[in-house]
Amino acid sequence: MENIFQKWINRLLKNLFKKKQDIKLGLYGPPNAGKTTLANHISMDWIGEEMGSVSNVPHETREIQIKEQVTIKSGKRELTFNLVDTPGIATRIDYEDFLKAGMSKKESKKRAKEATKGVVDAIKWLDDMDAVVVVLDATKDPFSQVNITIIGNLQARDVPVLIVANKIDLKKSSLKRVSDAFPQYNVIGISAKEDINIDKFYEELFNLLE
Amino acid sequence: MLTLHFVPYDEIRGLSSSSRIQKLLTHVKENKIVILDGKLRKEEEVELIRTTMEEIDDKFTGIELQVWDAQHKETGFFDSLKMRIASMLVPDIQGGFTIIGPAAIIKEIKKDPSKIQLITQGSSLTRVRKKTKRK
Repeated sequence: MENIFQKWINRLLKNLFKKKQDIKLGLYGPPNAGKTTLANHISMDWIGEEMGSVSNVPHETREIQIKEQVTIKSGKRELTFNLVDTPGIATRIDYEDFLKAGMSKKESKKRAKEATKGVVDAIKWLDDMDAVVVVLDATKDPFSQVNITIIGNLQARDVPVLIVANKIDLKKSSLKRVSDAFPQYNVIGISAKEDINIDKFYEELFNLLE
Repeated sequence: MLTLHFVPYDEIRGLSSSSRIQKLLTHVKENKIVILDGKLRKEEEVELIRTTMEEIDDKFTGIELQVWDAQHKETGFFDSLKMRIASMLVPDIQGGFTIIGPAAIIKEIKKDPSKIQLITQGSSLTRVRKKTKRK
């Protein structure tokens, strides 16, 4: 409890002296939910360059990626933040899964090692976030413990959260399943890949950060 | 053979967060499925994931984790407030339990209101256990 109280005080002090442009917006979620696809979409829309590479093989993003001073606009409203794309959080990483994806043993072991470090870094960065977009794959079961743990932690740290149910263009997706799983949060369905509902997503970002 | 290792919350109550996590992980790394009669704090859950990642190597590939909250009815604002304050003071007061299994053995832990399914690696076998209600 003392720890939570200390964090709350630190957060209050940090916010008091923080410039609006120093806001850190984190993208968190499990591997392969589409965090980097969304980060690339935001970055392309407002800066004209991509943030990172995407792949069907999990743990493609293994390092924290930051795009500074991203300014988004909607009518007269304007918002500037530092966009932080994080490696997917998982409880298991087996190099043999990468072997099955066609990588060599050496490559697989290297990727597994980098992926574990990526998860550790993503967790360390939780403390620094001012707001977080949790990106979930709308075709998957939203009740995974990783999702619940991430969102529960952000709630305990009093960090504003927007939940994005990504991949709603896919047949197996269900926005309702995600919304029902987290009824206390604002959940928006998008497809970062197919550019569906992104304008609504930006509107929700204003609501989250303003 | 699957080994289930029951850990009463009293066994970890007096430990620091890092010692709690290490104790649970030690059992899991011995290929045991840990059933903790209680829950870790939210920040301990994320620390458990972080520590697990730091300990992953060729032999230990991580964990499968599920946490169950005890069912309780909240009849209004004051009940809800009471529960929140109580859980801040005594984190495990709401009850519930936690299952942590080695990823090498447990592929997935599924939960629904009446049963727990431990899906083991390399097998479509589903082991079903009835959830016991705590009073």
